[in-house]
Amino acid sequence: MTDPERANLPPLQLHVPEPRFRPGDQVDYSHLPITAAGVQPRPDEACAASETHPLCLDLVRVLGEDHLAVGPWDPKLAPETLRRMLRLMALTRAFDDRMYRGQRQGKTSFYMKCTGEEATSIAPAMALAADDMVFPSYRQQGILIARGYPMVDMVNQIYSNKADKLKGRQLPIMYSAREVSFFSISGNLATQYPQAVGWAMASAIKGDTRIAAAWLGEGSTAEGDFHSAMTFAAVYNAPVVFNVVNNQWAISSFSGFAGAERTTFAARAIGYGIAGLRVDGNDPLAVYAASRWAANRARANAGPTLVEHFTYRAEGHSTSDDPGQYRSLQERSEWPLGDPIARLARHLEALGEWTPDDHAAMDLELAEEVKAAAKVAEANGVLGHGLHHPFRTLFEDVFEELPWHLREQSEQAIRERQIKWPEWKEEDS
Amino acid sequence: MSEAVPSRRLNMIEAINDALDIMLTRDPDVVVMGEDVGYFGGVFRATAGLQKKHGRTRVFDTPISECGIIGVAVGMGAYGLRPVPEIQFADYIYPGLDQLVSEAARLRYRSAGEFTAPITVRSPFGGGIFGGQTHSQSPEALFTHVAGIKTVIPSTPRDAKGLLIAAIEDNDPVIFFEPKRIYNGPFDGYYDKPVQPWAKHPESEVPDGYYRIPLGKARVVREGEAMTVLAYGTMVHVAEAVLAAKGVDAEIIDLRTLVPLDIEAIEASVQRTGKCLIVHEATRTSGFGAELSALVQERCFYHLEAPIERVTGFDTPYPHSLEWAYFPGPVRIGEAVDRLLSPKL
Repeated sequence: MTDPERANLPPLQLHVPEPRFRPGDQVDYSHLPITAAGVQPRPDEACAASETHPLCLDLVRVLGEDHLAVGPWDPKLAPETLRRMLRLMALTRAFDDRMYRGQRQGKTSFYMKCTGEEATSIAPAMALAADDMVFPSYRQQGILIARGYPMVDMVNQIYSNKADKLKGRQLPIMYSAREVSFFSISGNLATQYPQAVGWAMASAIKGDTRIAAAWLGEGSTAEGDFHSAMTFAAVYNAPVVFNVVNNQWAISSFSGFAGAERTTFAARAIGYGIAGLRVDGNDPLAVYAASRWAANRARANAGPTLVEHFTYRAEGHSTSDDPGQYRSLQERSEWPLGDPIARLARHLEALGEWTPDDHAAMDLELAEEVKAAAKVAEANGVLGHGLHHPFRTLFEDVFEELPWHLREQSEQAIRERQIKWPEWKEEDS
Repeated sequence: MSEAVPSRRLNMIEAINDALDIMLTRDPDVVVMGEDVGYFGGVFRATAGLQKKHGRTRVFDTPISECGIIGVAVGMGAYGLRPVPEIQFADYIYPGLDQLVSEAARLRYRSAGEFTAPITVRSPFGGGIFGGQTHSQSPEALFTHVAGIKTVIPSTPRDAKGLLIAAIEDNDPVIFFEPKRIYNGPFDGYYDKPVQPWAKHPESEVPDGYYRIPLGKARVVREGEAMTVLAYGTMVHVAEAVLAAKGVDAEIIDLRTLVPLDIEAIEASVQRTGKCLIVHEATRTSGFGAELSALVQERCFYHLEAPIERVTGFDTPYPHSLEWAYFPGPVRIGEAVDRLLSPKL
């Protein structure tokens, strides 16, 4: 029986978030508060975490409507550095285009592009030291490209071929590249966050000078690992930079399902006593400046920072996804923060350091560079065409040494092979 | 014979503390962390005095977050440390499962050896202490089912020290379950009798200094001909007492390590005795006893003279007031022994 005191109350209602636009809808982003570039204050890198709270609700922006860099966050990068940044972002996009086509041509099972989000990998990679350890999620291929990891090795991994350094064990793009301080990508979401904190704590225990940086998408902030990582980082004042790439969509779930209707992702930092910055993720200079601020703060023992990169996932989640099924295709063209590559190119043009012809020439050159790398890798095989790692590697690296039960199972696997293909020899697998 | 190594009488807690102390001293990359392990020295005192001796950045308290503790340990391992996190009770390990199962266990494999997780997760497990359903569980089978994790369970102070040192030095992730019922003395299953201290047990004579007991090697507790008993942790002592009370000449094997398993010791013994009794405290269905039973059946079928017997806890949550009704004690073991010795033909 309902308590008579409550008889006249309206019934409780469950709020289930719903995005503003669905397929076919006209897109209007005028509800998004986007402040002018250059007006956001830049606090001291060693400031109290709480002092960053206003920045968690704002948007750090450097590139203005006139394509010039303005305000205290302008990192004042030399033109050659800006051109390098532009080139790395364009190379990442060219690589994505090639690999996307490779997947469509059946050369691999899966691919994930980072179109529109290039700045959120390239600019932080340039702001960090080359030996700072990065704990990426699955859309940070730009870091490998920025750190000069051989593109051929990336393609070998994507094609799971006989030259794949990960021995064909990981889903395409789940790279691991210790030589460039790039941690193994899991595929389970947010697990890299506490690991990055642990790495940073170890670096502090050892009195090292290297810091850690981690990435995840806004959807993954809902995982418990995110909360654990923030708590540990705050407790031990770990030298770590947390990047939340808010690209608005987690497969088909808009950011509202991670709590974006209530507050920003950057604002979460404040409750933990961690500095937070919310950045225009399509403004490479703002991303660079915020990353530099956070890296300097961490390296000076002044504490961790959470950087929310406000951006837009211009394409599908992966090659297995069709975003036209759940969101308006107009979103991409209407996105009010533009495209990071186009914006940096306009900036360089405004400085008199770049021309549309330069850009067209660069794009051609990069497409050729990627094509050449893909060709070299393709000679090592593509997925499912027999040129994979030797058969026995299936059982290696489960443990440091092969225990008896895995030895027995490997013998079973070889027997199965010989039954199926009597001519098959283990040595030439 | 070599000269006798100096030794001391230690209980299992002291032996574990000694192993941690030795490894913190020998290897500057070893760190010990967990809830209450620092200044206080752990709720079971396993880390007592270690922070004072080795400093706050080597031995420290953590937030109450098993996901965080294990996730951070994986990251420290990637850096090059050799973390020894403690999960205060095995019952609390579940929030850390993803970091163990999907991360620590597979890191070497998925990165083709670029990164490893050389972590040793210590955790008190098992019941018999009136801990109720959240302080008594034996979840070892969850971990033996995972490719890439080693599972170690000592049953004596001497083994606890040597196995823990070997686990810490191992380059793979190890789950090290400490049977808390026998921290302070071997438990024979007769809960209504006075507790025996470790001091009267020969295996409490613990060699001083560094030594290892290799992972994957079982210990023959007692040689015998009438049957083979496979057990680990607390149940080694319970089984030993029951068989002694019944006057059965059983061969008792303490497995010590479940993965990798000492299959040779098991096969050799069962093929000789022709009978096999498996005893564990964990729940029955899909318990590690099922794996042992399958292995013995596959490898020793033509030597078996009776059906394999499994004695386990019941498939219920661990009860509080009816703890001893749950516990696979002398009556349940005794019945199984009788069945093995006089099988219905």
